[in-house]
Amino acid sequence: MAVTLFLPTVLAKLADGRAIESTGDTVGAVVADVATRYPNLAPRLRDEAGQPYPFVTFYLNDEDIRFNGGFDAKVSDGDELTVVPAIAGG
Amino acid sequence: MATATAPLATQLEELSSDEILRYSRHLILPEVALEGQQRLKASRVLLIGAGGLGSPLALYLAAAGVGTIGLVDFDVVDVTNLQRQIVHGSKDVGRPKLESARDRLKDLNPHVHVEGFETRLTSENALEIMRDYDIVIDGTDNFATRYLTNDACVLLGKPNVYGSIYRFEGQSSVFATEDGPCYRCLYPEPPPPGLVPSCAEGGVLGVLPGIIGSLQANEALKLALGIGESLSGRLLLFDALSTEFSEVTLRRDPNCPVCGDAPTITEYIDYVEFCSGRPTPA
Repeated sequence: MAVTLFLPTVLAKLADGRAIESTGDTVGAVVADVATRYPNLAPRLRDEAGQPYPFVTFYLNDEDIRFNGGFDAKVSDGDELTVVPAIAGG
Repeated sequence: MATATAPLATQLEELSSDEILRYSRHLILPEVALEGQQRLKASRVLLIGAGGLGSPLALYLAAAGVGTIGLVDFDVVDVTNLQRQIVHGSKDVGRPKLESARDRLKDLNPHVHVEGFETRLTSENALEIMRDYDIVIDGTDNFATRYLTNDACVLLGKPNVYGSIYRFEGQSSVFATEDGPCYRCLYPEPPPPGLVPSCAEGGVLGVLPGIIGSLQANEALKLALGIGESLSGRLLLFDALSTEFSEVTLRRDPNCPVCGDAPTITEYIDYVEFCSGRPTPA
């Protein structure tokens, strides 16, 4: 499945830009693909065991993946995956 | 939508002739009108932080006629703050932010009552500071206070008007309304240092807190007035570089440690030292 992963500007510098084309059957597979291609980005997306962090939220077409199986959530062609890490500035 | 408090119209304090003139552009809005303005005057809004987000928040809430504005901040004005913290001025460098902000707000609107709390929000004082307010606004600059503010709002049943910024990006939502999600439904636990943009990597476009803080002020005013659709259940994302707003759906998490069906957090937690060590409950 061809999926586009969108990064916030602060993480985009660790990849080729804000929108990354990827493939996979699940969110976890897409994240793993991106993590392999961009090793510096990898630790900002998921932990060493490949599991999601509690402070980095993934939205599959604007829905929080945790309510649809987390990294096991199935993806479809053309889906958009958005990464929203916690920020604290004020 | 959730409203903060809804006193009966007959219980609301009258506006003076000075106030009627001052708020005339509100009074001609049918959605606000005299009763709405009286509701604003009766409302009590607590601002956690009088910095980048707190500056436009305090200014707009005071200008709008929110009757009582509480400010929690223990910092002093530094010249490096002035690039974005517009409630303070060059003459205020070295003064406590509370004093500086109070002077500016009283100059802007003498009808507003400003209550200052010159302290860090802690597990010890959160209940006492927050309990008499209708709406709490998270304008702080660190994860520790954000989690404490969230947890206290959930435990006290007060809406938490959230805003956060970093470099060119901002987030806003409304948490802890009656049926809505809280900050921990979005991010269950704070991050350890190094895995999210760290304090040392800081920097923020000066206007960004003006944009996000103004959005928070809008949400707070709507809650106080009981009008419109709040950001509860939605996370608004703003990118200043591309000038793009986007939105994702937030849901209350039944497994949320503080607002879920079987909460494990039932008292206030002080997280410490997010910038210099792994956060641990104190």
